[in-house]
Amino acid sequence: MRRSNTFLVCLLVMLAGFFFTIFVSCFQQRQTPVAVVQAGNLVRELGLTDLALFTEARYTRHPTQTDLHSPFQDHPGAIEHFPSGSILPPPSGLLQ
Amino acid sequence: MISFLRKHKYLIDYTLSTLVRNKGKSFALLTVYTLIIFMLASVMLFTHALRKEAVSMLENSPEIIVQRLQAGRNALVPEEYLQKIGKLRGVTQKSGRLWGYYYDPAVKANYTVMTAGQASLPITEIIIGAGIARTRGLSLGDYLTLRSQSGEAYSFKVSKLLDRKSELVTTDLLLMSPLAFRRLFDIPEGFYSDLVLSVRNPREVRKVAEKLVLLLPDSRPILREEILRTYDSVFSWRQGVIFVLLMGSILAFVIFAWDKASGLSAEERREIGILKAVGWETSDVMRMKFWEGAIISLVAFLLGYLAAYAHVFFASAGLFESVLKGWAVLYPRFQLTPIVDGLQLATLFFFTVLPYILATIIPVWRTSITDPDAVMR
Repeated sequence: MRRSNTFLVCLLVMLAGFFFTIFVSCFQQRQTPVAVVQAGNLVRELGLTDLALFTEARYTRHPTQTDLHSPFQDHPGAIEHFPSGSILPPPSGLLQ
Repeated sequence: MISFLRKHKYLIDYTLSTLVRNKGKSFALLTVYTLIIFMLASVMLFTHALRKEAVSMLENSPEIIVQRLQAGRNALVPEEYLQKIGKLRGVTQKSGRLWGYYYDPAVKANYTVMTAGQASLPITEIIIGAGIARTRGLSLGDYLTLRSQSGEAYSFKVSKLLDRKSELVTTDLLLMSPLAFRRLFDIPEGFYSDLVLSVRNPREVRKVAEKLVLLLPDSRPILREEILRTYDSVFSWRQGVIFVLLMGSILAFVIFAWDKASGLSAEERREIGILKAVGWETSDVMRMKFWEGAIISLVAFLLGYLAAYAHVFFASAGLFESVLKGWAVLYPRFQLTPIVDGLQLATLFFFTVLPYILATIIPVWRTSITDPDAVMR
């Protein structure tokens, strides 16, 4: 088999894979997965507000519910010290 | 048309032979290029899918949450506030929530303790999230002992485990009856942690929040749109942080690729001279070089993207797990829904594939318009 033919066949296979992922994505966007619907129902029933990604402090567990000073309330002169604080953004007021 | 296609096929044949002749160089370039695209695409796919998942779940969260602040800290909300809020036009439903945190020294983790919504629980029973069950080794019928505010120990029977599929929002949840909650945390009757409100017309939510602050000056309303906006900014920030961390390797690659693509070696110059001397036209040489750039960058893009897709959606982003997901004692286990953002994908394509192809063609055009004799000398 000529090199160009081998290359074009490989390229076609990769392109088919690429477009398949786009197709799957479009399909998923149209139809919300059952797991997400169930979790959404639980969110509605319990009145949940945040993702359970960082559970170490109240301002990382519920970033939408804490006031701007909560990372610094542990003691006078406290600085924010949890590792996820470096990944969570600071309040928008500080970025302006 | 057929002769046009055949001509390009021959050009691809020739280009592939050139790439195979410089096996080591081409393979190194392709590997580094693929790895860079793999890393960038992994971050993009992961953050976009997680953001989508967060939005689809949290768009069911309460429309307005009312907190009470006292000396800059959250304080308990008295029941009378519910009656006062009842006078506001547009508010259809209102209720108090009881929730807080419990630090478990046994596993050094914080649980989010809440009262169980509609389900009425006996005072001695609890429902726990999958993360707590996993970390404490609990299953149905087991007992969990919690120390109350006054130091007394209360044992609760695990009557139900929350569905594993909802771990992203429930992994650290511990649900109990309102009475048990009040006893455990010593919260008197007639007080709540915060209040939740529903508004009839979604366009009036902001107006209701404004009226709330006037009616109850010590209250702080939090709107659902603010919750969604917070998560949008959390994931954008995280994506940005990782891109900054990757910037060093991206710049190293840009220098490497630019040097390889734009600075023609003496050998490559001689090759172009010979091709022109045996009758190739400038356009043929440029087409050949176009194919060289296109083959490397297209293959690297497709391989990198497909590997990133498999990495994020089938292997749960295992390679960058701790950086992409964060960490916690009670970390949720979750599988993301494969959702791709076309705009992000197009941006990745235009910023990685096109510059490389252009960087390959421009120096070749400069060399191939000069006299073959001068180039070969």
